Amino acid sequence: MTTAPPATTSETLVEETARRVVAEHPPATTPLPELMGAWYDAGLTWVHFPLGLGGLDAPRSLQPLANRILREAGGPEPRTVNTIGYGIVAGTIRRYADTALAARLLRPLATGEEKWCQLFSEPGAGSDLAGLATRAVREGDGWRINGQKVWNSLAHLSRWAVLLARTDPDLPKHKGLTYFIVDMQTPGIEVRPLRQLTGRASFNEVFLDDVFIPDSQRFGEVGEGWIVANSTLGDERTSLGDRVAARGSGAIADALALWAAHPERHTPVLRERLVRLWVRAESQRLTGNRARVAATKGVIGPESAIIKLLNSELTQHVYEFCIELLGPEATLIDTYSLDAPDDESGPTAIQRKYLRSRATTLEGGTSEIMRNVIGERVLKLPQELRADKGIPWKDIPR
Amino acid sequence: MTQEFEFSDELVELRTMVRDFCREFSPEAVVREAMESDTGHDPALWRRFGSELGVLGLAVPEAYGGDDAGLVAQAVAVEEMGVALVCGPVLGTVALAMPALAALTDEDAKRELLPELCSGAKLATLVAPLSDGTLDVDAVTVTATTADGAWRLGGEVTQAPDAGTADLLLVVATTDEGPALFAVAGDAAGLTRTPLTTLDLTRRQAALSFAGTPARLLATGAEALGACARAALVAGVLLAVEQVGGAQRMLDITVAHVANRKQFGQAVGAYQAVKHRCANMLIAVETARSAAYHGVWALQDGTDDPQLAASLAKAVASESYAWVSTSAIQMHGGLGFTWEGTPQLYFKRATTDSLTLGTADQHLDRIAGHVLDGLVRA
Repeated sequence: MTTAPPATTSETLVEETARRVVAEHPPATTPLPELMGAWYDAGLTWVHFPLGLGGLDAPRSLQPLANRILREAGGPEPRTVNTIGYGIVAGTIRRYADTALAARLLRPLATGEEKWCQLFSEPGAGSDLAGLATRAVREGDGWRINGQKVWNSLAHLSRWAVLLARTDPDLPKHKGLTYFIVDMQTPGIEVRPLRQLTGRASFNEVFLDDVFIPDSQRFGEVGEGWIVANSTLGDERTSLGDRVAARGSGAIADALALWAAHPERHTPVLRERLVRLWVRAESQRLTGNRARVAATKGVIGPESAIIKLLNSELTQHVYEFCIELLGPEATLIDTYSLDAPDDESGPTAIQRKYLRSRATTLEGGTSEIMRNVIGERVLKLPQELRADKGIPWKDIPR
Repeated sequence: MTQEFEFSDELVELRTMVRDFCREFSPEAVVREAMESDTGHDPALWRRFGSELGVLGLAVPEAYGGDDAGLVAQAVAVEEMGVALVCGPVLGTVALAMPALAALTDEDAKRELLPELCSGAKLATLVAPLSDGTLDVDAVTVTATTADGAWRLGGEVTQAPDAGTADLLLVVATTDEGPALFAVAGDAAGLTRTPLTTLDLTRRQAALSFAGTPARLLATGAEALGACARAALVAGVLLAVEQVGGAQRMLDITVAHVANRKQFGQAVGAYQAVKHRCANMLIAVETARSAAYHGVWALQDGTDDPQLAASLAKAVASESYAWVSTSAIQMHGGLGFTWEGTPQLYFKRATTDSLTLGTADQHLDRIAGHVLDGLVRA
């Protein structure tokens, strides 16, 4: 094993490789799987991954450089190709799959040909994820799975899923979980779209009825699923810090555009509300920059813990402002059909974003849970009284 | 050069040094003793900040007795002085007078006046209406007349920070040709200084009366306005980081209190209502810190429009400190309302800070002018 090349060499390598790939495969005319396949083969998908597995053994900090070159050439933001695959699963595959399995899984993940979803939450285990009830029972060289999952984004389009299931109900809840990957084409899996208040269905319910998973698709040791899941969630948080948002971007951009388009509706009251929202957006954006700078120095400060909470609440308040500015016109919406256009376009995009924004303080941890996390993990305040501590999962009231 | 928000090892060391010094030599007992004294601060302690620690002139060029370490370094020191609620003319001398003097073109004046302020040997303040974030020319209440090449000032000023003990007063006065900036000695003839009882006893003010007071002309016209504008911006961001320091201290003692105080058989910090308020206090402190240091960096490195960045810093830090300090009183229960309790000291500083150099609403209005009022679809 040779030592890693100096950073400047890695930087040059990443930059030159990225420029070569986009030159040889012009994003405008290359089919997406082909483009992202070439990107993967060149080692640019996760530059810090090993050679042959979509990486260059380069520092992780060079990923934004590669992504920027792809974007500037007209290519996609890679995460959008396979949101959960990139954000949540890839790092876990690298850490827990053997080389042959990783090689089988990573390329189609990178190209978007095999989408991924996450089978974690359940109807009875949302914020209290470790309370989940889906059972995995040992059977020969594999496992038999029974249970129900919910809030599974993209499950209806996915080939693969990561799954957290209970393998030992006699242990306290965090100890009896095991982590698997599941081929969504396996018999016994049923995916039902879950219609949201927007009328659309981007989440699903997933029913697992006697689903068989070979033991080779277990990640980590039996009973250590909680540890694997936490490494997955850690990747999710880290990967969010790659881009610095521009001032006035994100939800606040919609409010500013609406303000500019309707000078006849300007009032001093609305002006004050909007400038207060702008100031919140800006101080939050700057806090994100601080967190990113701290992270490059290896310091994880309290900033990252608060950004999700701030962002989700601000998004709601911005769209509340927007529909108030629109007035009676905002009481109309173009369609509630299941296959309505995405939230981003159309004459009533603001209304749909307003409806969609109610999810922001629920998904990825409710605001109430986030405040508990900040209070207990960042400020180290005493934990709330918990009725399930140290008790076998099967004895916890539910 | 470091990027914005990248705190070098030197800055981290500086912060630790100032923090340790304040803990040892300006603990709360010392603060309380100073705030109940006649002058409101201990000149010997102030000299130690200047000479022993060397943290008063961090943003002043070396040629004028400073360290030329930059405004970010000065901000780090001021934040820690805000944590400890140090009694002394931080606002008058460091935040207002030094940047006003440093902005002058008069080399002789700078070489003569700045070194003694950097060393802590002398105290100064700026007497100018800056509540609008820049000099409010219409609100100047001192007039200057000249005869035989000598300037004399007349008029009254109802409130000026740190003016009771300042050795040097930088005074904006109106001349026949507009506002100009003058230097007045603290013991000048015809100057009457009346100490005022302040809401925040750790930050004193005085009323001033000028009656044929001799004054030295430092700058006229655009240069005088520019020096005041620069002082208003620098003082605004330094006050913002001081607010962040005070808010951080309120968060820290509140968390310590609710983690230890037991009611109904458990620490009150385990109750969700209390825990969530503490989480909100952390959020208020951290977002204020981001806005305040962005303001400091904008003035040091030009990373942003200085007016916009300074207003953002002051608006966010003012609301944060006010809310966090009132929360500290609430979270301390009845103890939070006592004279002996710590929160009241910071609550009074927070109130004073929020009304100094422009209120949050005034700054929000300025921000709206920058980012909203020009926005009309083409």
